[in-house]
Amino acid sequence: MTTPGTQVEISEIAVETAATVTGPVVSKSPTQLAMARFRADKLSMFSFYVVVFYVIAAIAAPILVATGVLDPFTPHQDLIDEQSLPLHPFGGISLEHPFGVEPRIGRDSLSRIWYGISFSLSISVLATLIAVVIGVVLGIVAGTSGGWIDAIIGRFIDLTLAFPQTLMLLALSSVAVAFITTVLNVPEGPSAQFVYVVSILGLFGWTSTARIVRGQVLSIREREFVYAARLLGARPGRIYFKEILPNLWAPILVQFTLIMPAFISAEAALSYLGVSVRPPTPTLGNVLTDSLSFMSDNFTYFIIPAVLIALIVVCFNLLGDGLRDALDPKSGR
Amino acid sequence: MWAYVVRRCLIGVILILAMTLVTFALFFATPIDAARYACGKNCSEEQRNITRAALGYDKPVVEQWAGFIQGLFVGRDFPLDESQREAAPDQVTHCGAPCLGYSSFNAKTINELVADALPVTVSLAIVALVLWLIGGVLFGIMAAINQGSFLDRGIVGATLVIYAFPSFAIAVFLLNYVAIKWGVFPYPKYTEIADGGVFEWFGNLLLPAVTLALLFLAGYVRMTRAFVLESLTEDYIRTANAKGLSQGKVVFKHALRAALTPLVTMAGLDFATLLGGAIITERVFNYPGLGLLTIQANAASDLPVMVGVVLLAGSFVILANIIVDVLYAVIDPRVRVA
Repeated sequence: MTTPGTQVEISEIAVETAATVTGPVVSKSPTQLAMARFRADKLSMFSFYVVVFYVIAAIAAPILVATGVLDPFTPHQDLIDEQSLPLHPFGGISLEHPFGVEPRIGRDSLSRIWYGISFSLSISVLATLIAVVIGVVLGIVAGTSGGWIDAIIGRFIDLTLAFPQTLMLLALSSVAVAFITTVLNVPEGPSAQFVYVVSILGLFGWTSTARIVRGQVLSIREREFVYAARLLGARPGRIYFKEILPNLWAPILVQFTLIMPAFISAEAALSYLGVSVRPPTPTLGNVLTDSLSFMSDNFTYFIIPAVLIALIVVCFNLLGDGLRDALDPKSGR
Repeated sequence: MWAYVVRRCLIGVILILAMTLVTFALFFATPIDAARYACGKNCSEEQRNITRAALGYDKPVVEQWAGFIQGLFVGRDFPLDESQREAAPDQVTHCGAPCLGYSSFNAKTINELVADALPVTVSLAIVALVLWLIGGVLFGIMAAINQGSFLDRGIVGATLVIYAFPSFAIAVFLLNYVAIKWGVFPYPKYTEIADGGVFEWFGNLLLPAVTLALLFLAGYVRMTRAFVLESLTEDYIRTANAKGLSQGKVVFKHALRAALTPLVTMAGLDFATLLGGAIITERVFNYPGLGLLTIQANAASDLPVMVGVVLLAGSFVILANIIVDVLYAVIDPRVRVA
């Protein structure tokens, strides 16, 4: 996580001297330098691979379910005993059911968890996209305009932060889900719950991005190319999104990787409170919630989703930290 | 100085007003029939209309909002409809200022519900705050003075892992194993100080508070570690070492000093957020605080309770922000001008 900067620099110098010996000097773009720094950090690379693994798993799951390889919905009553626990030890782990079967009705745990990763990640990705887009737009507008627009956006951030988030997510659910089904005509059930979780996480989660982007814009807007654009009579929209936005991809990428894990955790917490997508549609959160009542008798069923959530959250956080260190070495902690 | 305080308070009042307006818009301006929720599912059209008038839902949202604001300052009488009050004067409930509303489910004002629940949440938040501050600072310092060592990596890694597990999973795990299976703690059940004395109150609070503190630990360890590391490179630390001060004195009296202001700020804001209800912890341990009140209100679609609790919790956060800002201005005069 904290790669000493000097070490990286030395290795870069070593690479460059090697290049001078063997061939012509090749200059490196800042992006290439950042990539080199990132690759030198083993922990970040490991986290990156884990995240990629989860993403591939999430994309593959719906295809595997459609082709029948994964079966998250068929009950296997024959594998369940009278106390509604799996017959075999360790949560009914067998060759056919590598993660065991669910207590009560015996659906295959691997399928449910794997498909759940798909739902959990898509909820977090979509919600993060909403949050980042709102944050970036408001951050750029606030940073570039200054004056009263900046002040209003600043107070708007304060107002959003003042709302107790978890409380709000819980309290709004009945009203908002009714709104989503009646006004937006989303069919009741999993789809409406999905829309609710995504939009509510996105609408309350943009503040940190807005603050960071605003801070960056404050320095970028004083650069010569922005003056030049203004002088040429460019409209505000062009200055915001064609001149300033391309310089912000690094902080935006870092924000994205740091908001994602927060939303994965939030989805799990909302599942526990019963306001996220509900079974039979699996998410990591609702599989874990379902396992809680069997914890003392069937620890396997509890620990697998718990560890899988913790792993992706840790790795996304480490990835975000690693990206920040690599893209902006001066921001070292 | 006073001009700054007044300005900050004015902004706070405006924020609270804006928050009430937004909350009202979110809950009551949607085309959802709030009276249907308040009256319950097996309600006839006639009863529904009575409920609607009693809670003022027949009026435009802005008018409802104005009534709510009025209630905050001078109190209100429920039912809001005058003819209903005259028809049954014995059933009128007075809700004194600052009135947060009336829950027809509980047949109580929100103020009464909050008065029951708030002490629980406050107890939980205070004990947790003390635990995570002590733990966060101690582990953070331990990690910082052993920077790069096995201990440092262990502390930072362990707090990150604890942070990564969903909080409710940790809470239920602790409840099932530490309290029930191993019996290290008694099964937590909230007891008031007046009933069982301080020791019983504290003993029963310990496990939920530890759970809650674990959630916040990672952030505080990380922050303490970062600030202590930064200040350990300062000249005054070298001076303190050169004077021959003990290491404990150097770290606690000199290096930690720099970390105190941001730590206190963060603790103040986190504490204020917690006052709105430690929802997950209260749910797991079945503690009748504001969080559990909201969960029950949500299950019953009791909108007035949710609006009241959300606004109360939001006001805590805004108030804490003002206090922190003013304290900053006292410490650092440059802030007042900005």
